[in-house]
Amino acid sequence: MNTFWRTFKVAAWLGWEMDSNWTEPWLFMLYSVVKPVAGAFILVLMYQVFAFIGNTQDLAAFSYMYVGNSFFIFVGSVLFGTFQVIQSDREWYQTIRYVYISPISYYVYVVGRAVSKIVVAAFAVFITLVFGVAFLGIQIHMTLDAVPLFVASMLLGLAVLLAIGICLGGISFLTAKHTHGLAEGIPGLFYVFCGVLFPLSILPPWGQAIGQAIPLTYWFDITRRLIAPSLGVDTTLTGYSDFTIMLLLVVSSVAFFGLSLLIFKTGEYYARKAGKIDMTTSY
Amino acid sequence: MFIYQAFGARALSTTTDPTQIALIQANTNALIASVVLGGTMVAFWLNVLWSMASQLYWEKEIGNLQLYMMAPMNRMALLGGMAVGGMVMTSMRAVSTLVAGILVFGVVFRVADPLMLLAVFFTALVALYGLGMMFASLYLLWGREAWNLSALMEEPIFFSSGFYFPVGGLFRVPGWGPIVAIIGSFVPATFGLDALRQLTLSETAFGGQLWIFDVKTELYILLLMAVLFLILARYSLAYLETLAKREGKLTSRHQ
Repeated sequence: MNTFWRTFKVAAWLGWEMDSNWTEPWLFMLYSVVKPVAGAFILVLMYQVFAFIGNTQDLAAFSYMYVGNSFFIFVGSVLFGTFQVIQSDREWYQTIRYVYISPISYYVYVVGRAVSKIVVAAFAVFITLVFGVAFLGIQIHMTLDAVPLFVASMLLGLAVLLAIGICLGGISFLTAKHTHGLAEGIPGLFYVFCGVLFPLSILPPWGQAIGQAIPLTYWFDITRRLIAPSLGVDTTLTGYSDFTIMLLLVVSSVAFFGLSLLIFKTGEYYARKAGKIDMTTSY
Repeated sequence: MFIYQAFGARALSTTTDPTQIALIQANTNALIASVVLGGTMVAFWLNVLWSMASQLYWEKEIGNLQLYMMAPMNRMALLGGMAVGGMVMTSMRAVSTLVAGILVFGVVFRVADPLMLLAVFFTALVALYGLGMMFASLYLLWGREAWNLSALMEEPIFFSSGFYFPVGGLFRVPGWGPIVAIIGSFVPATFGLDALRQLTLSETAFGGQLWIFDVKTELYILLLMAVLFLILARYSLAYLETLAKREGKLTSRHQ
């Protein structure tokens, strides 16, 4: 356990150094905030244009969308932060052979490397939400007694995200330079099917079925319920109590953790067998 | 697209007036069509950023740049060839977006002037890839910051250039809106998209209140941008070549 913790700490520090060392700290923080805030502003303008041409205001729908979009920052960052580790170490920095042969758990190392992305994402989510409340009239009313459940749901949601990221990382042991395709494609699917910006009822029935099969859908729903309980938008998940959703998240976390171990170890095994652990594909 | 559908569905749920219902449906369709067009342009913009602008930087990292510098060829022709390849490849993605928009969302486009549409589209592409060629040299100079710069020019440009809404909407936001729109106008996609939307949705869509200029004026601006960016690209490449010879470290990897 001591080795795991040490690996995790050092990998997290390394991840932070690698992410932030390309420029000055202030520019890095600005960069980390500008992207997600601009993403939120796209939604702001979409809403404003609709409100302007239709002469209608629907602040509840706008708040629903804004809060979902803010928390989606975690999805892109954590997934990319996890599954790009193997590719970047192998193809870009070409250091994977040295890390891999060191007496550590490579799985824990990958998780540790993703932590810096989570920290930066948390900062961006916070800034986006504060901006929304202060300047855009976003309706957030989280009560104190909801805080423990919110923290628990955040931890479970992030655990599911990390596990999904490691599943993809396991696949990347065997693939060439497809990180960007995965980085765009997988979060894109979650963006559409998980009720991030609109209730699932907008999707066709097959789309709703896909959405209800993805645990992140429930994570977004409970997050919204806890921090913006007065929105009054029908999410189509009202039949699920908070307890049921938390239970679903616990089960999903465990299931995806098991799946991530399986895929990671299988990918690692076949990569070693085929001599692909430290391959370079002219990236 | 689903976002506008969701807004439309909520607006319809509180309306019984048939005129109002027809108006909401027409506006929702026009907004979804705007996003479809924006989606096709996203494909080209991403290609400009990650292929055209980043190209020389990637080549340096792979180790090919010195070969390019030594070869007896015109560097503009090299980038031009890469741009044409990029446009053809990206067209597949753009067409898929367009077809999906029409088939899945039932978007209706009414093209009254197809020649003007083609003129605007290709001029916008030349201007966009000209900008990409200029960036190619600058990215090489900026080294490791290039990757982050490309990432930084995604959402902020999608926002300021109105990829997902008519950019005229920004001019309706008091204070900062027009400033952001003017800054976004330096990217050719802004005028390209605005003109394409006018040509495919009719100038009267959204009550004609969300367009920047008329189509002809926007075409002239795009022509100007195309020429300007290609000239600037030529100069920045020449500067880069001089720098490569003088300092001798431009081809060093991981800088």
